[in-house]
Amino acid sequence: MPTKNKSTRLSVLKTYKLYIGGQFPRTESGRYYVVNDASGNPLANACLSSRKDLRDAVSAARSAFGGWSGRAAYNRGQILYRMAEVLESRQTEMIRELQQRGASASQAKKEITACIETLIHYAGWCDKFQQLFSSVNPVASSHYNFSVPEPMGVVGIISSSENALLGLVQAMCGVIAGGNTCVIVANTDNPLAAIDFAEVLATSDLPGGVVNILTGNVSELLPWMASHMDINAVLYDPDVKLDREALAQTATGNLKRVIKFNKKDVLSPYRILDLQEIKTTWHPIENIAPSGAAY
Amino acid sequence: MKRSSPAQILPDFRRTRVVDQTGIEERAARFTKRSIKQSSKRQALDQVLSMIDLTTLEGKDTDQKVRHLCYKARHLHDELCNIPTVAAVCVYPNFVRVAKKALEGSSVKVASVATAFPSGQSTRAIKLADTRFAVSEGADEVDMVISRGKFHAGEYNFVFDEIAAIKEACGKARLKVILETGELGSFDKVRRASEIAMYAGADFIKTSTGKIQPAATMPVTLVMLEAIRDFYYKTGKQVGMKPAGGISKSKLALHYLVMLRETLGQDWMSNEWFRFGASSLANDVLMQIRKERTGQYQSAAYFSVD
Repeated sequence: MPTKNKSTRLSVLKTYKLYIGGQFPRTESGRYYVVNDASGNPLANACLSSRKDLRDAVSAARSAFGGWSGRAAYNRGQILYRMAEVLESRQTEMIRELQQRGASASQAKKEITACIETLIHYAGWCDKFQQLFSSVNPVASSHYNFSVPEPMGVVGIISSSENALLGLVQAMCGVIAGGNTCVIVANTDNPLAAIDFAEVLATSDLPGGVVNILTGNVSELLPWMASHMDINAVLYDPDVKLDREALAQTATGNLKRVIKFNKKDVLSPYRILDLQEIKTTWHPIENIAPSGAAY
Repeated sequence: MKRSSPAQILPDFRRTRVVDQTGIEERAARFTKRSIKQSSKRQALDQVLSMIDLTTLEGKDTDQKVRHLCYKARHLHDELCNIPTVAAVCVYPNFVRVAKKALEGSSVKVASVATAFPSGQSTRAIKLADTRFAVSEGADEVDMVISRGKFHAGEYNFVFDEIAAIKEACGKARLKVILETGELGSFDKVRRASEIAMYAGADFIKTSTGKIQPAATMPVTLVMLEAIRDFYYKTGKQVGMKPAGGISKSKLALHYLVMLRETLGQDWMSNEWFRFGASSLANDVLMQIRKERTGQYQSAAYFSVD
């Protein structure tokens, strides 16, 4: 049978790279692995991140921390809202991506919608959780005594491979809404949605370095994450198989908090509080002017 | 072997060697691709530390700030055993006495900038007085700036004579001549200024004041290293090199060492002949040394504030 077209078009496959400091670099190690679609055919090559990629991502997250945590909470909320807007406008593409990996059309649609709604939800919380968790404490001296939540710093996130995108968005929202920056390790099984999501982040006013995404082997990267002195907390998804005891043990050496993500109640403001530390300030009550006005 | 003194073979500075810009940039880029084994890296990190001139050259400097810096030079990171100290502390002339006192009994030298640093826009008399003051206060090393304006106007004799006069005023103190390469404009001019400085008696040539961007870069440092090499072949006199400004990461410092080793050789691989002018580099090197020893990536939160 003669074909109508002499040449058939070769499809242009996307190179899935990492997301570090607002850029899309390849892995420093040059290692790749093949990601298959639902029926087992090769879909794409993804980067198998190394400890040096982790190191680079952490230093990007650390340099972004000052600017992100120092930003007005209201403005952080605007940026999260913007992320939802951009995801909304790209949802067709994201749905197709999820379907390639075996989700049904309705499942995929549902997952993306849930992602968008989670973002909107946490956008609202950005400048409100502080009032909820702050307090003025009664003390027996002439001081005002305040307790206020402050972001922990750089958070390592081990995200789930079930419902990969939604799991990632849920874990990430509470972390960044509270002013932390993060390094997300998307598990080998299902990394493509994470990197597609990075493209949403890159086009949504989110400063580079606030969210960094690595694809690769959690068991390889976890020891480095646990011992890294510049990561303040690790938030892990309970569905991911990892050696929790070893993680907790190593993390003790550098005062790192190890937190299990509470999937039962993902939209609670307590997911923000999980990654906050409480600072208490004593402020002397004194007269500041001859009129006797006090502050 | 009898060597002719520099004065007898003074070249025509209008005809210095032309630099192949593309070649220099490519060669400099290649030094960053060397594979450095772990044991060499450990050794090199120690060496980088020993070559640092801890620097504070701010309008807001105070005696206490200088004492802080000197304390840091003596106690880089007490938790780490067997690490070298830095080479010197670099301050303005009016802080030399304070620094000298704070560093008493240590091997850390005191370097002072002089000659109307950083612009160099003043009279010869003032520049000489500035230098003599720094030396009389006890400076072991003097970092002078060349008159870039005169250099651009083609008054090479003026620039030469000025350096020679300052060198004389330095007495026993070693003289580092800052070319301020960021204001020179081309590699050819950097090469020319390097030669003028060396023939006029510089003990060190130094890229930048740190006040002008770009400061030290690998290509510009390579141009100067090659000038030092050619000067050594012609006169037999060894001259030191100090890149300053913009080198804040250990990795970059290691690349500089590779470049130094491959351009000038082992004889220059000590703090007598090579320095890094930097303030934040020391902490990064300390973090890398601790990383090498513990196998854990480090956090700046556990190291002193610069």
